[in-house]
Amino acid sequence: MAPAIDISGVSVRFMSERAAVTALEDVSFTVDQAGFLTLLGPSGCGKSTLLRVVADIITPSSGQVRVLGGTADAARRQREIGFVFQDATLLPWRNVIDNVRLPLQIGGNPRKGARSPEELLKLVGLAGWERAFPHELSGGMRQRVSIARALLGDPKILLMDEPFGALDEITRDRLNDELLQIWRETGTTILFVTHAIHEAAYLGQRVMVLAARPGRVREIVPVDLPEPRQLAMRDTAEFGALAGRLRTVLENC
Amino acid sequence: MDDHATWLAAQKRLAWKRRALPLIGAGTLLFIWWALIAFFDVKPFIAPAPQVVLVTLWQKKDMLFANLVPTMVEALAGFTIGNLVAVGIATLFVHRKSIEMAFFPIVVLINSIPIVAKAPILVLLLGNGMAPKIAIAAVICFFPTLVNMVRGLEAVSPQALELMHVLSAGKWEIFRRLRLPTSIPYLFSALKIAASTAVVGAIVGEWIGSQEGIGALIIQATYNFDSALLYATVICGSCFSVLFFLVIRLLERLCVRWVPR
Ligand SMILES: Nc1ncnc2c1ncn2[C@@H]1O[C@H](COP(=O)(O)OP(=O)(O)O)[C@@H](O)[C@H]1O
Ligand SMILES: [Mg+2]
Repeated sequence: MAPAIDISGVSVRFMSERAAVTALEDVSFTVDQAGFLTLLGPSGCGKSTLLRVVADIITPSSGQVRVLGGTADAARRQREIGFVFQDATLLPWRNVIDNVRLPLQIGGNPRKGARSPEELLKLVGLAGWERAFPHELSGGMRQRVSIARALLGDPKILLMDEPFGALDEITRDRLNDELLQIWRETGTTILFVTHAIHEAAYLGQRVMVLAARPGRVREIVPVDLPEPRQLAMRDTAEFGALAGRLRTVLENC
Repeated sequence: MDDHATWLAAQKRLAWKRRALPLIGAGTLLFIWWALIAFFDVKPFIAPAPQVVLVTLWQKKDMLFANLVPTMVEALAGFTIGNLVAVGIATLFVHRKSIEMAFFPIVVLINSIPIVAKAPILVLLLGNGMAPKIAIAAVICFFPTLVNMVRGLEAVSPQALELMHVLSAGKWEIFRRLRLPTSIPYLFSALKIAASTAVVGAIVGEWIGSQEGIGALIIQATYNFDSALLYATVICGSCFSVLFFLVIRLLERLCVRWVPR
């Protein structure tokens, strides 16, 4: 089976008045179908840029991007990519259910057998909040809505750019568990960006550590924690050792 | 005594104060107006006493209303035309950057010409009927709405645009689902300004060669030293202007429910 995401030799350069910035240099990695890869790195190391390359928002200056065996452009047009931004990016004039429906209204014909907006809201734990408006929700609830929106149409790939970065730790822990459950239920391939070591280790099957200036792959660390993950695992010695190793890799960036 | 009851009573008193104090303020000013006229024995051709203005408002109500109607029609027509054209051109500017770059500086330049200077030009161009008044009201509404609408249509967050891109949305979808709703609060702040200025535009238009309307009546009353009629006319015009503004604000509250106030 072809990998869901196959990146080889990708470089991205941005031009500005002062200088040309190399955001990514010769980045290569793959993510298997139904895999969960977390991207860990200091801010400015090109994590968001890499996600935008996979989502076909940015075209790389060089290198090859294959998504589901085809081009990133084709995957995007076939609605195989769901994107979750750091701030939920909900449309404030639409209520919760209409925000989740947005992808359907933009030239999407509902895929047969795909989950309905109502089912997705239930999946993210927001049943009963259909008619609420974004400004009436907490940050965690807004992010759940945006996850439901990204999952509409059952995309094969879910890209998440520090989705829980602005949330408090208690909410973040709960959402981490819910995300793992959604991942197991839907079989979606997930590429998840974070700058929190614990989150990266707890969620991913592998953690890809990026180094900054220029952004490049430092190391891909496999995570050998038992499945399914449980929050209590974070107190075990194995988890401590893994987090310690990731910290060392990060410090040597 | 229970804290909450005390607090509620205090809130209630405050609410009453909010309502009563502006009335007391207005009453005080009316009294000062009356007292000044009486004390200095100001002649009626210089300034009228408030009770005389009231009597005039009542006695000449038919004539005042007959003159208010054309001003209302001109202001409303100008408001509609000016804002529609502004929204259309703002849409064009946002989608064709080179057109915006070519014409926006000229728009700003024309906008800086005072309306009293633009008015005679339009009267010469359009003659003496209602058309020049409507045109002046339209022109006066046009510029603030154009500027605000361009800003509103461009006030979308980069992430929202990326979201639309991931959804493979076309230009029309982005406009309809994202830019237009984003611009609505900006549009309404322009419309609230335009509601008052459209009336000003119509009145200024009527100053220059017109037989009827609030503006014409103002000129006639001034030439005849009929200060009571002058004040009554101004009050009629202002009432309409305020009413127009309040209607737009009500519409805003109905349409824009997501912006916290
Ligand atoms: N659109 C852009 N134009 C110019 N430079 C950019 C742009 N986007 C990102 N960069 C630069 O690329 C580098 C990586 O940015 P980013 O991918 O946002 O990092 P991260 O998400 O890891 O914090 C940064 O140095 C940033 O300044
Ligand atoms: Mg980032």
